[in-house]
Amino acid sequence: MPGQEHAKPQRRDEEPPETPEAPPTAPAGAAVKEGLSDDIDSVLDEIDGVLESNAEEFVRGFVQKGGQ
Amino acid sequence: MTVRRIMGLETEYGISVPGDPMANPMFLSGQVVSVYAAAQGIRSNQSSWDYAFEDPLRDARGWQLDRQTADPSQLTDVEDPTLANVVLTNGARYYVDHAHPEYSSPEVTLPRDAVIWDRAGDAIALESVRLLAARPGQPPVNLYKNNADGKGQSYGTHENYLMPRRTPFPDIVRGLIPFFVTRQVVCGAGRVGLGVDSRGAGYQLSQRADFFETEVGLETTLKRPIINTRDEPHAVADRYRRLHVIIGDANHLDVATLLKTGTTSLVLGMIEDGHLTEDWSIRRPVAALQTISHDPTLAATVELVDGRTVTALDVQWMYLEAARAWLDARGEDPEPEATAEVMGLWEEVLTGLGRDVMSCAPLLDWVAKLKLLEGYRARDGLAWDDHRLAAIDIQWADVRPEKGLVHRLRDRGMLRDLVSPEEVKAAQATPPEDTRAWFRGECVRRFTSQVFSASWDSVVFDVPSRASLQRVPILEPERGTRAQVGALLEQSADVGELLRGLATPE
Repeated sequence: MPGQEHAKPQRRDEEPPETPEAPPTAPAGAAVKEGLSDDIDSVLDEIDGVLESNAEEFVRGFVQKGGQ
Repeated sequence: MTVRRIMGLETEYGISVPGDPMANPMFLSGQVVSVYAAAQGIRSNQSSWDYAFEDPLRDARGWQLDRQTADPSQLTDVEDPTLANVVLTNGARYYVDHAHPEYSSPEVTLPRDAVIWDRAGDAIALESVRLLAARPGQPPVNLYKNNADGKGQSYGTHENYLMPRRTPFPDIVRGLIPFFVTRQVVCGAGRVGLGVDSRGAGYQLSQRADFFETEVGLETTLKRPIINTRDEPHAVADRYRRLHVIIGDANHLDVATLLKTGTTSLVLGMIEDGHLTEDWSIRRPVAALQTISHDPTLAATVELVDGRTVTALDVQWMYLEAARAWLDARGEDPEPEATAEVMGLWEEVLTGLGRDVMSCAPLLDWVAKLKLLEGYRARDGLAWDDHRLAAIDIQWADVRPEKGLVHRLRDRGMLRDLVSPEEVKAAQATPPEDTRAWFRGECVRRFTSQVFSASWDSVVFDVPSRASLQRVPILEPERGTRAQVGALLEQSADVGELLRGLATPE
């Protein structure tokens, strides 16, 4: 199965019916802090601090009964 | 010609006791529901839900309330906590379904309200966890808003949409399957691992895609179908069908929930209106569902019955364009702003996904999660089968703000919220004003001790002065709104007055 080397998404073969002429950045009106502007390293640093310490045991312990 | 429709979302939360995978999930789920109900002063035993259907007004004679079980402070006195099942003051149902606590939101009419009352459910789940944690001697119980455990089990997040009974079911099937197979590019929640038990390494768009086996069917727990045929309208059966959608994921991001409900409502509107005349049927849709889910580059193609080869984004664009034409051709939208919000975000998301998937990280669950995972992969050189990535996937969905990774991103301002914390807080206790949920929730709030039971389509009162239980049917989802019964509820000092007021011809 694909390991997903996260390539750039493929463009559609046909042009999208309506592609606005906006630059390929965050859409107008989006909050300034959204997404890419946040430094991923500082996000990871913060999340390191809350992650369960023993990942393998944590994953193994998450066992659910089936539902709908 | 509108996004407006009676709808609601149900979430079965994953439940876990750290370090004790053998803990009894039915008992724990009962505790989760009971502790919250008790804190609201609501009895949590099974009679709180009215399982009777179709009875005329005041026909439930002879039931006897066992008052010995009615003391809400005595949580552990409930005979069987796994039967915990209550209606909350916000009109929602909170109960034990299979081995999970389930929150079924009250009926709303707009996607934005679906977001608000869905997140209210997360707040209720969080409060339940906190209440349990505060009980002496209680092992910690955690809840997770996700749909798969990575060991082979899945549990659902269902959507319900009210439709007119007259719409032919084959039209619904034909119009919806291509939409449901492809909408995961918008509302997938993302999952680490491929296959029901995650034995394949990788990342996929959807929590649920691998668990579907057939196109149309009645089942929800095995041989899951893309279109579920459960026909239990909880409303006037001659007039309405409740479309029970089981193929969705549990979403945390507001835009994803708004688009999940909003675009589905629009597609149903087009089907009802006979607007979807083209046949976009996909060959082998179950396989296509999984093919699309397994390719986060969105390059995967599937084949239509007419021979065209298309991506999921192509199909979503086809639906979006059809919706635009339908809305342009037919005016008379009672909620133009709500419809415009859904259409605008739908186009923004499809455009963003087509250019740079990661640009949608603030908007869509699966992209936000992928961005975080890719950050870890890049920094620490992790392969997709690393336990840390699987752990992040689970912890993503923890309802506790200090542990849940969605909460961490939200607190950093990395997600585009559409609703405020104040709206979510209010919705934890208050029903939507524009559906029968208002009557149901307000009755529970005002007359808690005299509501013997309640359900989607009834409220049953136990009035001391009457020999029999008093059943009020609420079979019309748009009747019982604040505008209709708010004043009567306000004026009624007790249930007797309320019942007299309801019995008086309008």
